[in-house]
Amino acid sequence: MKIEILNGHLVDPANKIDQTTNLFIADGKVAAVGHRPPGFKAKKTIDASNHLVIPGIVDIGMRLGEPGIDHTEQINCESKAAVSAGITTLCCFPDTGPIIDTPAEIDSIQRHQRQAGQAHIHVIAALTKELAGTELSEMASLKAAGCLGVSNTWQPLDSSRVARRALEYAASHDLTVYIHPEDHGLLDNGCAHEGAVATRLGLPGIPEAAETAAIGFYLPLIEATGARVHFCRLSTRQGIKMIRRARHDGLPITADVNAHQLFLTEMDLADFNPLFHTRPPLRTMRDRDGLREALSNGSLQAICSDHLPLSPDAKLAPFPATLPGISALETLLALTLRLVEEKVIELTDAIRLLTAGPAEILDIKAGQLGTDDRADISIIDPEASWECDPYQFQSEGKNSPFGGWHFKGRVTKTLVAGKTVFVRR
Amino acid sequence: MTHYVPRPGALPVNMQLTEEGRLKHFLTVEGLSAQTLIEILDAAESFTSISGQSVKKVPLLRGKTIFNLFFEPSTRTLTTFELAARRLSADVMNMNINTSATAKGESLLDTLRNLEAMYSDMFIVRHGNSGAAQFIARHVAPHISVINAGDGNHAHPTQAMLDMFTIRRHKTDFSALRVAIVGDILHSRVARSQIHALNILNTGEVRVIAPKTLLPAEVEQLGVRVYHDLQQGLKDVDVIIMLRLQKERMSGALLPSENEYYRLYGLDSERLKLAKPDAIVMHPGPANRGVEISSEVADGKQSVILQQVGYGLAVRMAAMTICLGSHSGDQA
Repeated sequence: MKIEILNGHLVDPANKIDQTTNLFIADGKVAAVGHRPPGFKAKKTIDASNHLVIPGIVDIGMRLGEPGIDHTEQINCESKAAVSAGITTLCCFPDTGPIIDTPAEIDSIQRHQRQAGQAHIHVIAALTKELAGTELSEMASLKAAGCLGVSNTWQPLDSSRVARRALEYAASHDLTVYIHPEDHGLLDNGCAHEGAVATRLGLPGIPEAAETAAIGFYLPLIEATGARVHFCRLSTRQGIKMIRRARHDGLPITADVNAHQLFLTEMDLADFNPLFHTRPPLRTMRDRDGLREALSNGSLQAICSDHLPLSPDAKLAPFPATLPGISALETLLALTLRLVEEKVIELTDAIRLLTAGPAEILDIKAGQLGTDDRADISIIDPEASWECDPYQFQSEGKNSPFGGWHFKGRVTKTLVAGKTVFVRR
Repeated sequence: MTHYVPRPGALPVNMQLTEEGRLKHFLTVEGLSAQTLIEILDAAESFTSISGQSVKKVPLLRGKTIFNLFFEPSTRTLTTFELAARRLSADVMNMNINTSATAKGESLLDTLRNLEAMYSDMFIVRHGNSGAAQFIARHVAPHISVINAGDGNHAHPTQAMLDMFTIRRHKTDFSALRVAIVGDILHSRVARSQIHALNILNTGEVRVIAPKTLLPAEVEQLGVRVYHDLQQGLKDVDVIIMLRLQKERMSGALLPSENEYYRLYGLDSERLKLAKPDAIVMHPGPANRGVEISSEVADGKQSVILQQVGYGLAVRMAAMTICLGSHSGDQA
């Protein structure tokens, strides 16, 4: 079907476009940007005046469901939640139930994704069998089945020997390794940032060094093995500094941050509200500001949701006994737009961090709207004000700490491969 | 749009207070006014004479039902709370709840619902997780008061108040006092509550003395001076509070051995001489003799450890009656 999207404010950082223009779509792909191609007769015209038109968002970090619980039934739901928030490509990590460590698991997700017919779902598969940290997963088979990379998520590796071998093996098969920098020994059952707030609340602390020691451990191994590594969910100013320096030295590394880490801090824990229980923990104001700076100086290449939909029970307990995690798909864009509103970053940088940035890390053709690119598109009313009510989320998870926040800018339409998959009524 | 404003770090004190500012739950000392603390101390004062009478009961809480919900094993604290409730003529039930059975939050709430249905008026809660008392206070029926009998490493407000009571019995003016707390501050809910209470009562100086491994991060932000050396820290103090050292701290690589700990941080009569001559020695008990304190000091004339136990009863009676709105101010 031929579609034209007229007079929208197109922001396509990969193609350096930031202007009011038209988009023409045919066969699920971008046929032209700007002028209507000769002979193009649209079956459907979308008037995007006063709206932002951006490449569909690529979320480089999310989980489909709670660990230990079969999530496959949830794919439809989470995928719908994603497109309602302008996300057209999801990258799912393996620490869900069942753990994604075999080609069969990847197949199963891909099958469900096709049935759902909503967002594209890519998979980062397990680095070690059952994420147990001892034996390597069958990375080559997993890659053949379609995974975009491998990760042991927050699960520790048994030894530095396993870490080295895993990086070497992944590098041999040209697989990016996604590392969640957390030193397990320093984590030590902690559940909150080790600092003044955790001290007052008597919560077991996770020191900044849990992140920096892990990064410091991996950098020489990356250098020695030549592995391509993406560091996930940075949370400390110090950690970002190390990444920045290593990138400057030419190491093949990238890094992301989740959106909530750019707004919330340890102070939010002050009344033991389990909705603020996250991993990595919410850090200090200084860390938050350091992460914000890293968005504009190029040290971070992506903002992700770090979505984890949890059942109400998972948060209905005293703080240390609750599961960490936030249902975050439906606030990812809103929070990122707020960074623009607060003048932390420019609009084009914000969109890049949600689209071309993560697509480049994942090495997929997405996050841009040049001629012949797949027509994954989000249309946003930048003036729409709305109040966040997690109970209205499409996601199964209502575990958001952003209830009651007022946001500006909301998705009105989402297209995946030229097909309208979401319209806000 | 509303801009994001970081909320202040203090606990929402309102949660413990009624709209009129009366204490409804006693979850933490932090955030309470000096006036509230003094009200508790004064009420406790009025109960101390009762413990000395031959008739040891008053009818203040007749007809009230109090549940001791202990999710962590305890005999001493449980006993004093039970005794306090009985002396106030309340009906009291002790529930030792196996934490593994309530590992899921839902069943913890189920437990609460069941007890609420038994017309209870007060829950006294001890739980291994910091924030558990707040969690329960937030989810109980509105007519129920909650007293925190210790949650994780967070707070143990009645213990801190009995310590304040003890200090007040021996010393007149908090603002003229130097108080040193010695030992495992990191894992101590008692220490945290003591520090808050001492600062609210405007204590001249509060010191903590421990190796770094037993101090929580940025502890000085609680309003204390930090010492790693016992000798320096004890100099000219009026009150010494020794904390109990758990044996498992050795296996957690926090300390090398009990011997070395005693050599560096144990209180013996030689070291006691560094403090003011009239300094008192306190300990929340049970003391590990030869680990944190010598028998000579624990049983010595400067020790007020046994008095603390006795005052614990009066302070808990005070907290219960105040939270249940039954204290008129003069019970003696």
